[in-house]
Amino acid sequence: MPHSQHPIELLRFNTCGSVDDGKSTLIGRLLYDSKSIMEDQMEALERSADITGGGQVNLANLTDGLRAEREQGITIDVAYRYFATPRRKFIVADTPGHVQYTRNMVTGASTANLSIVLVDARLGVIEQSRRHTYIASLLRIPHLIVAINKMDLMDWSEARFTEIRHQFESFLPRLDIKDVKFIPISALNGDNVVERSGHTPWYEGPTLLGHLESVHIASDWNLQGLRFPVQWVNRPNNPTDKTLHDFRGLSGQISGGIVKVGQKILVLPSGQRSTVKEIWTCDGAVPEAFCPQSVTLQLEHAIDCSRGDMIAGTEELPGVASEFEAHVVWMHQRPLVPGKKYFLKHTANNCRAVVTALESKVSFDTLENETEPPAQLALNDIGRIRLKTAKPLIFDGYRTNRLTGSFILTEEGTNHTVAAGMLEGPSELYKPEYTDFAI
Amino acid sequence: MSSYHLDHLQYLETEAIHVLREVAASFERPAILFSGGKDSICILRLAEKAFRPSEIPMPFLNVETGHEFPELIDFRDRRAKELGAKLIVRTVDDAFAKGLATPTPGQVSRNQLQIPVLLGAIEEFRFDCCIGGARRDEEKARAKERFFSFRDAFGQWDPKNQRPEIWNLYNARVNPGENMRVFPLSNWTEMDVWEYIQREKLEVPTIYFSHTRECFRRGGQWLPVPPPHATNGQPDVYAGARPTAKEPLKTMVCRVRTIADMISTGMIDSPASTVDDIIREVAAARITERGTRADDKASEAAMEDRKKAGYF
Repeated sequence: MPHSQHPIELLRFNTCGSVDDGKSTLIGRLLYDSKSIMEDQMEALERSADITGGGQVNLANLTDGLRAEREQGITIDVAYRYFATPRRKFIVADTPGHVQYTRNMVTGASTANLSIVLVDARLGVIEQSRRHTYIASLLRIPHLIVAINKMDLMDWSEARFTEIRHQFESFLPRLDIKDVKFIPISALNGDNVVERSGHTPWYEGPTLLGHLESVHIASDWNLQGLRFPVQWVNRPNNPTDKTLHDFRGLSGQISGGIVKVGQKILVLPSGQRSTVKEIWTCDGAVPEAFCPQSVTLQLEHAIDCSRGDMIAGTEELPGVASEFEAHVVWMHQRPLVPGKKYFLKHTANNCRAVVTALESKVSFDTLENETEPPAQLALNDIGRIRLKTAKPLIFDGYRTNRLTGSFILTEEGTNHTVAAGMLEGPSELYKPEYTDFAI
Repeated sequence: MSSYHLDHLQYLETEAIHVLREVAASFERPAILFSGGKDSICILRLAEKAFRPSEIPMPFLNVETGHEFPELIDFRDRRAKELGAKLIVRTVDDAFAKGLATPTPGQVSRNQLQIPVLLGAIEEFRFDCCIGGARRDEEKARAKERFFSFRDAFGQWDPKNQRPEIWNLYNARVNPGENMRVFPLSNWTEMDVWEYIQREKLEVPTIYFSHTRECFRRGGQWLPVPPPHATNGQPDVYAGARPTAKEPLKTMVCRVRTIADMISTGMIDSPASTVDDIIREVAAARITERGTRADDKASEAAMEDRKKAGYF
């Protein structure tokens, strides 16, 4: 497809930090200094400044879209913002700082390429900073920026910046984040956000936006091992085109790897084998497709395959199991109790699941598992559980593949989404020799 | 690896197709809200990409205020026919006749009245899911929306208690009587929509392009002068929406940037006569798209309040 003259790469990031660390102000600043705020938005801000803000324009009001948020001056829910520079397009999830909204932070962070953790330079690292950094690591966000904000209130002290950096570096080795950047900023005044600050001659790194524009994200998708969860079976009813009479397409979004015409595949969990006959798209057939494209496959053989099944390549096989170990972020007021049944959604699969054991809970003081198994997981707790599903799932460890290693739990009856889960890698991979028959 | 790489429009497209297929697989009676506007034009193209060579497995629904631009209605009807889709239209006037809605005294705009009509249609056809073209970049209450936005049995949105939406695992579970609103273009911007229309060579109604029109000044907007009152003995549906002697008239070379109905849509001065021209204009714009929407200006929380009541 021809590329336009416009920026072609999309970076998704989220901002997190404690209440009043200046998250919304930072996003306001990014939008303002990159000239993404329009005149009518500015007028609306100025109007509300005159009424409620003593004349000072509050950049946080740009993202705090709900009345209750503006009244309380806090962010309740994830707000998404969009802006572009000549180099990239950005989707920003502004996620709340309050402990009570940790679930919303997880929501905003789950689709991010990069997380910005804001730290108030006066306070240094607090529990919330550790919690947010841990969540970024748990969700396997590839890139992290620690933005040390309100440096103006610490007289732009390099010693203070270094001290906070060392506080972070004392616990980062326990986490799983490869790429971390520390940047001293003042979101309120704009230092080192878009424009380089004159107050930090001792800082040689990029500005925040400069880093967002240049961080390497091309390899953030998993291109190893074909995973194609069948989402919808495409069978035209009474097609006028005779060539479509036998059309039987398997539609879905590639969740890992690359698929090619002629490639041998397995349909799991049944283990039937076939070959990719055609990769059908509305714009015509293509010879190959890759994660995360949405396509429709036709196979050589008419085999039983429907929503919930997984098509995998014959190499780099996934796991198949109905008992799992996983980390979960608990997202509901009613605590997780072992023995309770939930609905589980994993790729295009829905099934019942039961939590068989609660193994441990993460302590945000030490970022380690507490020694005693907990009796329950409460709202915003993160813990390690065992669970059992009513049918086998085809999966990978979340570390290997975010799309085939993740699940959600919903509560029967209320249908609330109560947990985000990340599967541990399979203890055993699918063994094709068990069902080694050709059709 | 560079060949295995999606640009931003391809990324947004694959995300939206995944969402549309998830609706088809998860709901029994979904519908697509199709107004003929630019966002829903993109939705239809994405639905073709998601479901072809099968038929698009859901009907189209449109709620009319009775103040529509005729160009838009013509386009809507033609496009639905071309795609072989069933188009369901419900109107504010029908709702008056059935007693489902009451005209608001002193209020010319029927924007609010679309809410009971939409909820009535959902009940009539027992739709469990309505797909809309709303985008998060349009408005700050919409910036808080989920892809799958749950509505209770009264059609209400509870923004403080939304279901967390994690990865691409959408929670599509609803109980009977409850409803889901699904927004496949959540992550698209106005610019993305026009670039997609350009890339896919999609036809859009002519009022998006520059034309000459009689307008009048009201509430900081240039509103179109409504068509003349038909002499059929019926009351004037545009009563109150016609220019008064004090409101200046101007013949403008103009177009629409966003479309509601004739009463709520401000025209913008513009010579843009092609999609390329529009893209250049959007890139240089200094006011937001919805800056020309009279229905959003009622208060800072105008959209939030309507959405809580069931607006799409």
